Amino acid sequence: MRPEPGGCCCRRPLRANGCVANGEVRNGYVRSSAAAAAAAAGQIHHVTQNGGLYKRPFNEAFEETPMLVAVLTYVGYGVLTLFGYLRDFLRHWRIEKCHHATERKEQQDFVSLYQDFENFYTRNLYMRIRDNWNRPICSVPGARVDIMERQSHDYNWSFKYTGNIIKGVINMGSYNYLGFARNTGSCQEAAAKVLEEYGVGVCSTRQEIGNLDKHEELEKLVASFLGVEAAMAYGMGFATNSMNIPALVGKGCLILSDELNHASLVLGARLSGATIRIFKHNNMQSLEKLLKDAIVYGQPRTRRPWKKILILVEGIYSMEGSIVRLPEVIALKKKYKAYLYLDEAHSIGALGPTGRGVVDYFGLDPQDVDVMMGTFTKSFGASGGYIGGKKELIDYLRTHSHSAVYATSLSPPVVEQIVTSMKCIMGQDGTTLGKECIQQLAENTRYFRRRLKEMGFIIYGNEDSPVVPLMLYMPAKIGAFGREMLKRNIGVVVVGFPATPIIESRARFCLSAAHTKEILDTALKEIDEVGDLLQLKYSRHRLVPLLDRPFDETTYEETED
Amino acid sequence: MATAAEQWVLVEMVQALYEAPAYHLILEGILILWIIRLLFSKTYKLQERSDLTLKEKEELIEEWQPEPLVPPVSKDHPALNYNVVSGPPSHNIVVNGKKCVNFASFNFLGLLDNARVKAAALASLKKYGVGTCGPRGFYGTFDVHLDLEDRLAKFMKTEEAIIYSYGFATIASAIPAYSKRGDIVFVDRAACFAIQKGLQASRSDIKWFRHNDVADLERLLREQEAEDLKNPRKARVTRRFIVVEGLYMNTGTVCPLPELVKLKYKYKARIFLEESLSFGVLGEHGRGVTEHFGISIDDIDLISANMENSLASVGGFCCGRSFVIDHQRLSGQGYCFSASLPPLLAAAAIEALNIMEENPGIFLVLKEKCERIHKALQGISGLKVVGEPLSPAFHLQLTDSTGSREEDVKLLQEIVNHCMNRGIALTQARYLEKEEKCLPPPSIRVVVTVEQTDEELERAARTLKEAARAVLL
Repeated sequence: MRPEPGGCCCRRPLRANGCVANGEVRNGYVRSSAAAAAAAAGQIHHVTQNGGLYKRPFNEAFEETPMLVAVLTYVGYGVLTLFGYLRDFLRHWRIEKCHHATERKEQQDFVSLYQDFENFYTRNLYMRIRDNWNRPICSVPGARVDIMERQSHDYNWSFKYTGNIIKGVINMGSYNYLGFARNTGSCQEAAAKVLEEYGVGVCSTRQEIGNLDKHEELEKLVASFLGVEAAMAYGMGFATNSMNIPALVGKGCLILSDELNHASLVLGARLSGATIRIFKHNNMQSLEKLLKDAIVYGQPRTRRPWKKILILVEGIYSMEGSIVRLPEVIALKKKYKAYLYLDEAHSIGALGPTGRGVVDYFGLDPQDVDVMMGTFTKSFGASGGYIGGKKELIDYLRTHSHSAVYATSLSPPVVEQIVTSMKCIMGQDGTTLGKECIQQLAENTRYFRRRLKEMGFIIYGNEDSPVVPLMLYMPAKIGAFGREMLKRNIGVVVVGFPATPIIESRARFCLSAAHTKEILDTALKEIDEVGDLLQLKYSRHRLVPLLDRPFDETTYEETED
Repeated sequence: MATAAEQWVLVEMVQALYEAPAYHLILEGILILWIIRLLFSKTYKLQERSDLTLKEKEELIEEWQPEPLVPPVSKDHPALNYNVVSGPPSHNIVVNGKKCVNFASFNFLGLLDNARVKAAALASLKKYGVGTCGPRGFYGTFDVHLDLEDRLAKFMKTEEAIIYSYGFATIASAIPAYSKRGDIVFVDRAACFAIQKGLQASRSDIKWFRHNDVADLERLLREQEAEDLKNPRKARVTRRFIVVEGLYMNTGTVCPLPELVKLKYKYKARIFLEESLSFGVLGEHGRGVTEHFGISIDDIDLISANMENSLASVGGFCCGRSFVIDHQRLSGQGYCFSASLPPLLAAAAIEALNIMEENPGIFLVLKEKCERIHKALQGISGLKVVGEPLSPAFHLQLTDSTGSREEDVKLLQEIVNHCMNRGIALTQARYLEKEEKCLPPPSIRVVVTVEQTDEELERAARTLKEAARAVLL
């Protein structure tokens, strides 16, 4: 059901104006443009259209929802809705106690602050399983985490903290890809030192008097890390998108946006005033058609040609676990002279042999991406975001970014955390720690994904993506899975509508370099058990691992039952 | 037989024709004419349908030249080369290598450099590390966040508070969480940029009223009331909001809250109050503009403020009744979709709140200092003070504009540089000139903090006077 539309998780934002949208995309939508035919046949596909562009196998799977499961899921929502109406009826006649906060007496005659249906879902569906989100923690969000135990005596309308702490819960939820969320070690020490010297605040904006030497140091480092001419850092990842896209495009420009782009990209696009058109997720034919039509037909009504076209994509899509088909996107962008805005929120640090994100993963040239955007929240264990690119771009943003003019700059200890962790990844600290972390994460990812597939779960996404969605489908299983896993001392993230399409509720694991083999094995064992308990092993494909191949080239042959 | 019957029918028809009333005949006549017209007129314009051939399309694609991604920025753009601050941006600040007294950072209560705040942040850093690695929903809620929300709610004497990880995103997310397409928002023209962006994201109808002009607001409200009477069905579902700032960032003036509250009940519009400057400044305990006017905080539907000024941390918060605030936990975009506030910043904010609660006298000190420098800056030839005497951030504008904004900015920058060379750090208020709804005239923003001694205040005023004389005369 309702996920806390948390984090970079709700990739199902409101469709923007004038989108060439695709209402019924999901069913049989061609996730891998390559194998349209294969997809239609409901098979997992191994891709390789445009094989020449890819230097490594690009294996992405989105197994089709089994028909029976889909039907049962709809029935489940139907039952929930019926009961919702029933209980609303009971509440209306005061037969059932009303728990939710109500309008003040003095303002009863104001126009209602909320629409009725808006709250129906929250009241009747989300509330039932609300305990699966916002679980408060009281330790470092590392491989294991301490969770504060809470209870509800009124069916999740309110929580009471028992004072107990559930210790050592295996953390499969935090975006701690490289394991830099730590309270010891070089990063913490460096941050502590800066904190003592600088304090935590800045109390001014970059353009006024909040541009510290630390910020300049960070930006130089980010630029060299990304392999671009210049970079600029911002205080919040979300705002990096929403406050900079409007500086780049405006009226008369066209934005082509992946349908599963994050809410921040959607908001930025909408605030820019440009026309927005949506292409199917990671579908290059859909993108090419939009590009071609845009150039050939120009702006609607005025018939003027578009001033410029900006393609918005993400490196790793945090709800699907898919990786953008960057080589093809770049080829298209070059062919049609569009500009490319790449959001590497989840992929920076987490992908590529040197942790430089999706560009590094495909072995491409960062110069081919016009705007390299990413966050420091995830792999670097800090907060904030950056944009990297050509010097002209960054100069322009320094003068025109909403963030630079109106928002407080990054806190100095946070900057120091980013600097230290980034240097570690680059090997500038004189150790191979960073490299080992990157390798560990890649191994963990392959191992964890392979084992889950072998168990018979439906797992979405690319085999190299550390974001691993496990399909649950039915609304009741969302709550059950989250609770059963916590009972077994494993913290997982579960999501449903509206973060996902209504029938595609899922659990999501985020792998980390901090996970040891032992932790992963424990987690896998429990997932296996809960999977049997809740009958989650929907996959109809039997996967046969080919063990004789070297590790990083492992592929699987599948046979239909 | 057949012919006889046919004849009979014909006779009957003719007879019917005679008996029919005249209007009927005329009507039928017109209809017949109409049908004839339809049959013979052109129903559509014949256009030469011309689908582009593949080759033509390719040519078009080949021809199209986009504008560059960004226009070039000239090397001497006034905003391109930032001041570089080495070391902490506290009371004594080193800007571009020059030691200065800070009159530019919004560090009103001097908490940025406070040892207790640093110690609290450090303790938090040692327990939690730096980042949260997740949004609030997914294991990004720390006990510190819950504490801070609790403390803020208690401090402001409201039911609930919600924290955001970025000051700008707070009001910019809060407004679209409530105000949707079709709703009406009445906004002061001097509203800050974050409010403008929130309004834009909400896609509501925006009605701008003149700055702090209650009569103008009432006029708009009355107009809307008249409009509502015409279409009561629509009015029943159209929410109305009044969005104002407590202490205006762009003008340094206080909003006339008591009158606004009266209008709120009269016209049934909810009030959203942005208090980034007034929180921790106005009122006996620093609760902001509601305390300043002695207005019950329950009369305000939502208060939003950032923790980046008085509290000298990072982030923002909204507070109010649970009925209102709780909604943002699922609908506040900047809350749901962003990583949560680093715990060390939350811990610093908690400690700053402690200090505020322990020393309520601090607000009086700040007020006195504001009044002192305000007085001292009166009567500078060429510069006028814009803002109220109790505002710790106010503007110095040119009394006589040169007529071009660019020139004005240059002049003011010379004054700023002059002061900077003499140990007073100041800055111009920066705006995105093309994006602002009502662009304020260029100005130097002076910020008063409790750390500035009387001597330093006098010195700043003196230096500004000298600078104005040197540059403007």
